[in-house]
Amino acid sequence: MINEDDNYPMMEHAPGTIRTSNGRRLAEITMENVESGVLSADDMQIDAQTLLAQANIAREAELKQLAANLTRAAELTAVPNERLLEMYEMLRPGRSRFEQLMALATTLEEQFNAFENAAFIREAAAVYRERGLLRRES
Amino acid sequence: MPKSTRFKILSERAINKETFVEPWPEAGLTVTDSPNDPRPSLTVDAGKVVEMDGRERADFDAIDIFIADHSIDLDRAEAAMGTPSVDIAHMLVDINVPREQVQRLASGCTPAKLIEIISHMNVLEMMMGLAKMRVRRTPANQAHVTNWREHPALLAADAAEAALRGFAEVETTVRVARSAPFNALAILVGSQTGRGGVLTQCAVEESLGLRLAMKGLTSYAETLSVYGTERAFVDGDDTPWSKAFLAAAYGSRGVKIRFTSGTGSEALMGLAEGRSMLYLEARCLLVTRGAGSQGVQNGSISCIALPESLPGGVRAVLAENLIASMIGLEVASGNDALASHSEIRKTAKLMLQFIPGTDFIFSGYSAVPKQDNLFGGGNFDAEDFDDINVLQRDMQIDGGLTPITESEALAVREKAARAIQAVYAALGFPPISDDEVEAAVLAHSSQEMPERDLVADLAKADDFLGSEKNILDVIKALEQSGFTTIAANILEMSRQRLVGDYLQPAAIFDKNFRVKSAINDSNDYAGPGSGYRVQDERWQEIQDIPQAKSPRDFIEANIGEPSAKLVELETPKRGNQQEVVVAVGPAFGTSLNRTIGGLEHEDVLAAILTGIAHEGLMARIVKVYHSSDCAVIGHLGAYLSGTGIAIGLQSRGTTIIQKRGLAPLNNLELFPQSPSLTLKTYEDIGRNAARYAKGLPVKPVAVEIDNTARLRLIVKTTLLHRHETEAVRDRPPVELLFNWEPD
Repeated sequence: MINEDDNYPMMEHAPGTIRTSNGRRLAEITMENVESGVLSADDMQIDAQTLLAQANIAREAELKQLAANLTRAAELTAVPNERLLEMYEMLRPGRSRFEQLMALATTLEEQFNAFENAAFIREAAAVYRERGLLRRES
Repeated sequence: MPKSTRFKILSERAINKETFVEPWPEAGLTVTDSPNDPRPSLTVDAGKVVEMDGRERADFDAIDIFIADHSIDLDRAEAAMGTPSVDIAHMLVDINVPREQVQRLASGCTPAKLIEIISHMNVLEMMMGLAKMRVRRTPANQAHVTNWREHPALLAADAAEAALRGFAEVETTVRVARSAPFNALAILVGSQTGRGGVLTQCAVEESLGLRLAMKGLTSYAETLSVYGTERAFVDGDDTPWSKAFLAAAYGSRGVKIRFTSGTGSEALMGLAEGRSMLYLEARCLLVTRGAGSQGVQNGSISCIALPESLPGGVRAVLAENLIASMIGLEVASGNDALASHSEIRKTAKLMLQFIPGTDFIFSGYSAVPKQDNLFGGGNFDAEDFDDINVLQRDMQIDGGLTPITESEALAVREKAARAIQAVYAALGFPPISDDEVEAAVLAHSSQEMPERDLVADLAKADDFLGSEKNILDVIKALEQSGFTTIAANILEMSRQRLVGDYLQPAAIFDKNFRVKSAINDSNDYAGPGSGYRVQDERWQEIQDIPQAKSPRDFIEANIGEPSAKLVELETPKRGNQQEVVVAVGPAFGTSLNRTIGGLEHEDVLAAILTGIAHEGLMARIVKVYHSSDCAVIGHLGAYLSGTGIAIGLQSRGTTIIQKRGLAPLNNLELFPQSPSLTLKTYEDIGRNAARYAKGLPVKPVAVEIDNTARLRLIVKTTLLHRHETEAVRDRPPVELLFNWEPD
């Protein structure tokens, strides 16, 4: 089921296709560019397309749950650090009301094109409501 | 009741410091087979699970819902649930059934079904199963590097040594949570000094852990804990959905994750709902899979002493490792937290993972001494490195460690401590002094380290975490301070993070940054001669422990110039006088001239002759050429002796008092423990032989018994005997003149 994938490792087989989340080519991530200060924190950040390619490799290896996770990860590359931490916090038990989670799902869809994550959060909201995991009103 | 000495000694043994309890299923204190564990079942209607393990969907808790909707591959469920569990258990040990086939079936199983499969297996069968089901072909190991003082130079030095010792991952944690960014930085710099490509993490609260990853200070995270009951999960401040989201959040920053679970955690939290530990763990593992985690750290982890207090606890811990690998997860298989007071019990338990091999045999081998281990002690620690190295060499097993020399260790420790010193200087952190660097190079524990101003360190750590400074500043600082290799290694780690190959299951990097994962290094074990084998270069590395010496120069101290005091005469005849014959081996006084105990042959001979002379008897010395065997030497001496009494003496010092007429392997007295023999003993042997010859009553010579002598000296014994055997010639014995004057 897990077979040597033609594209894997991507570092060996497809380095030319890799971009940073800033759009820079992998070949530009060099010591000279570190020293000259050309590179920014975003150049250290994996790109959504790369994560989707890794998701594809996982799917071909019949690892569909891992593939789904990497697909959600690809979507979340668009979310800034602080927002991402806030979203995680909202999903923890007892943090959010049902409507807040639904609104989060909408934001993910509309602002970040994160449809898989949005569906995942709507699903969580329904379960939280059923199982008493939503924020309790005082 | 009268007191027995034996039972008193037993009660004081380390094993009896442990707590042992009888099972109590209602409290969750049973490792398997709780009467409250459900029977396996699954009903799917229109592509949706409507009943699982005896529970209707309407009664599902959040974990059931998550497992039903995400974890079980429904297209495989019918075949899996329809195959008798005992048949799947057979497939696990059948080398003719490939791993993939078992994994496909397991991925359609409910938690209760997975437990039922395992219920048919003993530990040997589970070990076979694990050897086959482990997802990565090459086994590896993870280190814990922490210290009580949270000293950055020592963290860097210990991480460097751990990397050099072969650990593929290094994990640190904190005593004070605010130290996290500095601790993560220290082990990152240290590990990339010891060996490029080692993955690092810092175990802290979930959000803080993600912040460290975002800054580029860590490359993986594993303390994403999951639990087998809904209430325990919520007490852990997460749900399966929040944990899955967190996993994706890490992935979005190019960081490898693995979840953490393990038998006993729910019982410890008082929330086991009367279920067995293994059943709850099966639920954890399915949540892990459903969330899309590539792997899991399990094997009871910090709860290990709880299953070990119960019957079958160690078997259950192996079972949870096996179940995880069956469903395709990378397994970091515990053996981390202190599990026993007994060295025997600890080591025996370790063998269940060590022999089959897992993706990470230890999910944290303490590469520091126990008092510095902030994970709660460490089951095996820095003081056990050589033991593990020898176990690998004994069994030709790759436990993920590589033997190193002290000078190699000190070189990387110094470089790492200097490198972190340079980073601190460049980034304006509180300086690390030369004294601190020097102490870190040689220290075993943080007790040997100078104290630092913790308040100042924490203030700067807060600043660093909140600032825009990131891994690029660290790389630049290293490059500009002349630590170009370390800088290049950290840059390469960052580049790998842009590519994400190490997000696939069980990924590690080799020293050339080539990724090895379940995709390109998938476990293909299919019986003898297949799968991962310890061979060639790696086997040589494992063999070459620094303690191993060349046997060729092992007995140099026993070899010297032939004795000038011994002169060969003619072939002896049987005597007819009141004498004792001293028969010596073919190398005696010539190609060997000291016993294994370091006694000069001349002195030994003089002592024996003194003993014989004190009883007023003559001694005749004969050298036997046709055999190196002590019994044969003594037997020939007795044949030649006028009284029929002889002493047989091998060059290594083994001695026999023999009487003519006794069978060669019978004797009057035998002194096999030659290393314990002193000149006084040899004199007593001479005296006793003379008293036998005179027909007097004899009290056997008392010899000190040293039970470790054979253990210590068997190689030397072998080589000395080989040397003597090489001196054997097909020629008759000769009489020797010993040029010696009694005192």
